[in-house]
Amino acid sequence: MSSTKSSDYKAPVGVLGGGSFGSAIANLLAENQHVYLLTRRQEVADSINSTRNNRGRTMHENITATTNIKLVAENCSLIYPIIPSAGFRETIQSLAPYLTPEHILIHGTKGVDVQLPPGAMLTSDYKLNPKKVNTMTEVILQETIVRRVGCLAGPNLASEIIDGQPAATVIASHFDEVIKLGQRTLRTPRFQVYSSKDLTGVEIAGILKNVIAIAAGALNGLGYGENAKALLISRGLVEMIHIGKHLGGDVVAFLGLAGIGDLIATSSSPRSRNYTVGYRLAKGETLEEILADMEEVAEGINTLKISKAMANYLGIRAPLTETIYEVLFGGKTVEEGLDYLMKFPFYVDIERSMFGTD
Amino acid sequence: MATKVNNSEGWLYDPILPDPETWPIVKLTHEREEFLKELVELSIQNIKESLGNNPSNLKDELARTLYTEKIRLNQTPWKADKPDEKDFWSKVKKDMVRINSGHENPNSFGHEDLVQRIVSRYAEEIAGVFDVQAYDFAKGFTTFLFARLLNASQNKGLSRFWGSRNNLHDKIHLVGEIDHIRELAKQGTVIVVPTHSSNLDSMLIGWAIQSIGLPPVLYGAGLNLFGIKIMAWFMNRLGAYKVDRRKKNLLYLETLKMYSELSLRKGCNGLFFPGGTRSRSGMLEKRVKLGLLGTALQAQRLNFVHDGEEAKKIFVVPVTINYNFVLEAQSLIDQHLKISGQEQYYVENDDFSTSNKMLRFIYKFFTASSEIAVRFGTPMDLFGNRVDELGASFDPHGNEVDIKKYFYSNGDISKDMQRDAEYTRMLGEQIVKSYHREAVIFSSQIVAFAAFRIFKKRHSKMDLYGLMRLPSEDLIIKPKKLMDSVDKMVVRLREMHANGEVQLEQEVIDGSLATIVKKGIANLGIYHAKLPLMYNPQGDFESQDITILYFYHNRLEGYELHKVI
Repeated sequence: MSSTKSSDYKAPVGVLGGGSFGSAIANLLAENQHVYLLTRRQEVADSINSTRNNRGRTMHENITATTNIKLVAENCSLIYPIIPSAGFRETIQSLAPYLTPEHILIHGTKGVDVQLPPGAMLTSDYKLNPKKVNTMTEVILQETIVRRVGCLAGPNLASEIIDGQPAATVIASHFDEVIKLGQRTLRTPRFQVYSSKDLTGVEIAGILKNVIAIAAGALNGLGYGENAKALLISRGLVEMIHIGKHLGGDVVAFLGLAGIGDLIATSSSPRSRNYTVGYRLAKGETLEEILADMEEVAEGINTLKISKAMANYLGIRAPLTETIYEVLFGGKTVEEGLDYLMKFPFYVDIERSMFGTD
Repeated sequence: MATKVNNSEGWLYDPILPDPETWPIVKLTHEREEFLKELVELSIQNIKESLGNNPSNLKDELARTLYTEKIRLNQTPWKADKPDEKDFWSKVKKDMVRINSGHENPNSFGHEDLVQRIVSRYAEEIAGVFDVQAYDFAKGFTTFLFARLLNASQNKGLSRFWGSRNNLHDKIHLVGEIDHIRELAKQGTVIVVPTHSSNLDSMLIGWAIQSIGLPPVLYGAGLNLFGIKIMAWFMNRLGAYKVDRRKKNLLYLETLKMYSELSLRKGCNGLFFPGGTRSRSGMLEKRVKLGLLGTALQAQRLNFVHDGEEAKKIFVVPVTINYNFVLEAQSLIDQHLKISGQEQYYVENDDFSTSNKMLRFIYKFFTASSEIAVRFGTPMDLFGNRVDELGASFDPHGNEVDIKKYFYSNGDISKDMQRDAEYTRMLGEQIVKSYHREAVIFSSQIVAFAAFRIFKKRHSKMDLYGLMRLPSEDLIIKPKKLMDSVDKMVVRLREMHANGEVQLEQEVIDGSLATIVKKGIANLGIYHAKLPLMYNPQGDFESQDITILYFYHNRLEGYELHKVI
């Protein structure tokens, strides 16, 4: 496959979100065309524009940072929203008035959105109907007139991308046009872009893996080695598939870059936020302490609450999810959680029926 | 004539276009020859394109077509087939052999000529004609028939056939966004897409469309129905186009799609049942067929290409037809159970194969049926956006949308079949969602749902086929038990109604629990030989036929109501 910059799409591209992943994607895109990068804070935008510096990260000269969302929408018909799931809907709502049906959105957010009834909280016994759980694609379709939507997922640790290390991603969309555009704008000599038509599967895989990454961090924090990690990753994948099917994901996507690929990367790297949460928990810190000094959101924590509440509703057992939940919110220690899992009667490794439709 | 407005006979609204000469469907008939010529030309263009403009692919496709058509002729001949079918295809075969055997190479004019002949024949078969006088007659006749039958039913028998009039609209409720749809029909082209549960639907929806004053719509009817003389007489004159589900070859399908596309482009309002066939399970359509919907997308795109800012917009109107009683329930649910039980052989029952049967059906229907609700749902554009009365599209936040740009890439309209197919799929999903919002839920369906779920819970270890074979002594429910479940469902449904998530019949909105159960039992499938649910002499509820109970229960699948009971 050609990895030259032979792009005939030279129109500028927008990126929403100046966090670490947003910045990394903006830098990649900037190798092929001009980029408008939306940041939340003016001083961050100013710093990028004047000194090419975004909190320690060097930003490509083809990037114009701005806090004006209208400007981004008017200059770019292709926009990559890369913002935490908690603020996703709100940002999309503020973007919506400036969007036309010509716009194409490819998001890179690995989290879900839940609209709870007023006053409701995701407590440990809350029963959450999976139908109330929205992927970011669904949020875009609900809030805007845009129909041509895609997502970006895969083992993409932002700091490695920024360092220019080789990596690959998946662009998933129902529209060939969106995939092609994503490839054309994003592909660089160090960055390969695969395609998938299974948008939901790819999104779900990318979302659920964050929960397992927390557990992987915890295992490492306790000082355990590769057997334990391999055990966790393979059991974790089974559980991801189990839950993912209830969110409408197809099993196959879990075997690709966005599933197993991303799971391995985040479960092994101190550069992953979700991994870090687990690691520090195992070292004896409390969740509050960890969250207090984290610069960016660990999506896995929110996903964990949602997965747990969904399992409650569906009446299914999800032992890994339950245990991690108990450790984060139920007062169990990491050691106790691990003990519980080691005694849990799983026995069956993997079954054919998992790959069926129900 | 259309200007005769007689409200007691059921004309709720004045026609929006009183002069038939202005109806696009009439114009289409006047210009039939030119229309057919254009249809054939464009169809062939599409056929070639989908074969990669490759002459040898075309040759293969011709061979395939000939082969499948021969099989059709031998294995499934229909009364509606033209008498010269055999001769036509024998000639095609002979010519094909001659062309292939040599003097002419495969790139020659020969194959193109064959395609031309076949497509012309298909086009001629598919296209209907529209006759204003027949339309007026049919209009009067259906109303007369419906009203007389209702009257007879309410006065207990045919002796009172000519008795005092009852207003048809007391029995058949036409509700929903009728004014809105009338306005849209003045601005653009309207496609009506109803739910489909009974053979009566076509007639009922035709009558409903007239009653709200819309000009006639173009609709596809199964070629098999043209074997019934009365039906054929009407349909041949009312602009119905023929759809032959036996013909699955590319040449036929492209011609059929082009017919739909072209008539929409000429401004003819359309009607089709996106579910394809009657719902066998009794459920609301969960998915829809995309073939004809896709032609709407193409028509819309080409309207923009040719007419720019002046282009007519195409609007989709989901309609739900809601019955307390579906006459064919028994045979539909039997078929459904057989198919989902993967039984190898089943014979499709038409219920409707002769004129006589059809009339008996209609008579039974009206003498037996209680209310019917036809609900015209919220219209939308082809991208599922809300539209106002002038036809402008809006996003969820009230910003106006220029839908032309859905076809844009790099700042201009482009042809991308994959993209349009995806838009079509999304539109199908919107239609399904709309059905669930717009279906009018009857008390009879609520009691059916509650009762079936009670049986199911009682035998939670049993699969569906076990349930269907429960002995009669197991099919009894204590009144309190049923009332409890119905109560919980009603509470939930009222909540959903307040949020605009469902439509309810009036009694369900504000009636007492006792009223709802009483009306529900009184109306639920009352004409079936064995009743789905009734009071037994001991004062309990009893089901005489759980398969039919299951059928009516299914209508409320998908609302998560089992979670509350």
